[in-house]
Amino acid sequence: MWTWLHKLGSPQRFYSLSGRLIPWFAVLSVLLMAAGLYGGLVLAPPDYQQGDSYRIIYIHVPAAWMSMFVYVSMAFAAAVGMIWRIKVADMVARASAPLGASFTFLALVTGSLWGKPMWGAWWVWDARLTSELLLLFLYIGFMALQSAFDDRRTAARAGAVLALVGLVNIPIIHYSVEWWNTLHQGPTVTKFDAPSIHLSMLIPLLLMAFGFMCYHAAMVLVRARNELIEWERNSRWLQNLITE
Amino acid sequence: MNQDSLGKALYALIRRDLLLAYRSRGEWLNPLVFFIIVASLFPLATSAEQQVLALLGPGVIWVAALLATLLSLDGLFRADYEDGSLEQWLLSPYPLPLIVLAKLCAHWLTTGLPLLIAAPVMAVLLRLPDTAIATLVATLALGTPVLSAIGSIGAALTVSLRRGGMLLALLILPLYAPALIFATMAIDAAIHGLQTTGHLLILGAMLVLSVMFAPLAAAAALRISLD
Repeated sequence: MWTWLHKLGSPQRFYSLSGRLIPWFAVLSVLLMAAGLYGGLVLAPPDYQQGDSYRIIYIHVPAAWMSMFVYVSMAFAAAVGMIWRIKVADMVARASAPLGASFTFLALVTGSLWGKPMWGAWWVWDARLTSELLLLFLYIGFMALQSAFDDRRTAARAGAVLALVGLVNIPIIHYSVEWWNTLHQGPTVTKFDAPSIHLSMLIPLLLMAFGFMCYHAAMVLVRARNELIEWERNSRWLQNLITE
Repeated sequence: MNQDSLGKALYALIRRDLLLAYRSRGEWLNPLVFFIIVASLFPLATSAEQQVLALLGPGVIWVAALLATLLSLDGLFRADYEDGSLEQWLLSPYPLPLIVLAKLCAHWLTTGLPLLIAAPVMAVLLRLPDTAIATLVATLALGTPVLSAIGSIGAALTVSLRRGGMLLALLILPLYAPALIFATMAIDAAIHGLQTTGHLLILGAMLVLSVMFAPLAAAAALRISLD
């Protein structure tokens, strides 16, 4: 298995493998999202309290899940890149950050669109909203740090340290924000504890989540490939591949 | 290298930093003056009413302290980076995390401690109830080392960048959220006559955690920056 991993770690192997994987992920994500959207927007019944406006969860919830998943995977990739000096892992980490930030932003925007009719305000200092906002700041910091260095190696390693520090801090931030909200403001905001969601709503939601996951996989590979081309632009094999 | 010489080296390092700070007053005076000015601008920007000030006070003092610390952090490793001392430390037989810890001690003594001393005065200016002043000082005593420690990671990451100051703020400020939350919650509790032990204990836990692990991360970051 280790030799297989090492082979995957070589830019050349990664380039060809990702080239073959991208179409699969892309097609799968389109299919899953189409099915999820149809199921969520057409088949699922309207909520008995929120009517049709709850349907934004089919974008909002997967985006929020992805925002956290991407940070963890980004930190993991960055750590792998730093510890075993695998360039491809650095590229994946670098490629992940803007995607994760976009998911976080999407979750915040859809959340506030939903919050306006439901809570009567675009923004509420709710624990989840606040920790999601701080997560967005962490992503922005990671990207800003990476773009500040001219040398890609240094940028990747500095980013890895920051991503790992962020990873340690995310649970601390999450729980302190949660406590801050509950102790500080009291339960003025109805916490929307999922009243065991109905199956006809849950299935489209999961389809959308997997669709988002596949979309992310495809996009990360595309972006990492672009990184790779830029990074390895002077290497022989890449020039051969392109001039072929 | 033995235990004795390590202690001597760290002592010499702290002594040198304190001496440097003493000789160039701006280094420790500027953050302090910044802290006082920022905190006294808030009543001008909001209201001089006692109720408003008492509500805002804890947050204002803490945000001002946080910004003052942040301002001073940019210089934590900068001078040593520019004159090459940092490279000497990397080459020295002493463990880099401990050197960072010594730098942190000196940094806290020159920035955190003055804030601690000035805080009661600011509390009076912002009309905080007398009962909350002890808690305010306690939160700052526990909290400012946390700020210095977490900030040292950002300072180490940005030391080789020409315009690191703004970036440092971007990297570090989100990580300050937990300390800020618990510190202001403790002061709020004290204002309302509630128990503050829980909040202070959590702040203390953050202090232990950050002082233990931040020097390790900062040392790794310094090695990367000097690569």
